[in-house]
Amino acid sequence: MKSEQITPPSSRQIDSRVAALRRIAVIPALNEEDSIAGVIAEIRATDPGFQVVVIDDGSKDRTSQVAEAAGAHVVRHPYNLGIGGAVQTGLQYARDHGFDIAVQVDGDAQHDPAEIERLLGPIVEGRADLVVGSRFLEECDYNAPFARLVGIKLFAAFVSLIVRQRVTDTTSGFRAINRRGIVLFASDYPHDYPEVEANVLVFKHRLRLTEVPVQMRNRTTGASSITFRMSVYYMIKVTLALFVGLFRRSPTPLEEK
Amino acid sequence: MTPTPIRVSIAASIAAVLLLFVIFELIRSRRLQERYALLWLLTGVVTLVLASWRDGLGKLSETLGVAYPPSMLFLATGFFVLVLLLHYSTVISRLSDQNRILAQRLALLEGRLREERTGRSAER
Repeated sequence: MKSEQITPPSSRQIDSRVAALRRIAVIPALNEEDSIAGVIAEIRATDPGFQVVVIDDGSKDRTSQVAEAAGAHVVRHPYNLGIGGAVQTGLQYARDHGFDIAVQVDGDAQHDPAEIERLLGPIVEGRADLVVGSRFLEECDYNAPFARLVGIKLFAAFVSLIVRQRVTDTTSGFRAINRRGIVLFASDYPHDYPEVEANVLVFKHRLRLTEVPVQMRNRTTGASSITFRMSVYYMIKVTLALFVGLFRRSPTPLEEK
Repeated sequence: MTPTPIRVSIAASIAAVLLLFVIFELIRSRRLQERYALLWLLTGVVTLVLASWRDGLGKLSETLGVAYPPSMLFLATGFFVLVLLLHYSTVISRLSDQNRILAQRLALLEGRLREERTGRSAER
């Protein structure tokens, strides 16, 4: 991957090509009442042209109310569907309301909204359909347990093989997609732990995938949703899905209806 | 080859008839849909045939190299139970997919309704 020409985040000038697009930030959230308002405000501060939709995936706290008060559109699942279902609902919202570009941002403030414009770069330049913010393209002070790092690297190697291009971070939930990607994922998105499979899905539908370097903040509130037992299930489930996926017939690219 | 004890044949036949009766009763009272009853009916009929047709059970055991024919009865019903379980796993998978889609549609519709009431739609 070539290094990107990156406008420093200090320049708050919105690229005119970006400004011409209807853009939305999709935030899947589960019990994030402490951080969600800050995330929404930061996104708005970075680019006021962004609409924000929060998918409340069955929170037990005031996530919905806080997000609504912060000016976001809120879609509430009647019960927990998992991260994959939440992201997909957000993209269905984006599809139904005619958005051109969607950025997925975590609700726990781990992603820095100032870096969204980096994610949009390859899309507005017409070089990519899905842009993933990678924690491993540049030095990044991301602290993860050793076992998780090994898992991330293994999946990166496996996915790189399948999609025949170098992929460094398959589990990042900080990503941007264009209209084609929105339409694809709105109708077909993996269930739990979706990111790894989503990369392959994009490849199979002959959309273009690229990565840009991002930093990851260490979480300040809440707890990671991934426990050790879940990571084991995660590894096995995703490996199985990737393996079986190899034997699925490649679907033809979706045409927008 | 040990022949099947007559008591085994009688007991297994009674059990199979009971099973078939329960299945019939569940369908009749609409607690079991026909499409999910078919595999059960097949299980019951096969068990009944193998239990009551002693020569057949003996021949089948001999063909498959099962030394003790009543084991063959176990094997056959066990196999059908496995098929049933697998079938139900596919049913559950389909249901959970449909369930997810329903929840998403409901959530989006509710959101749309609320936004129309408060007049803050993301529409163009």
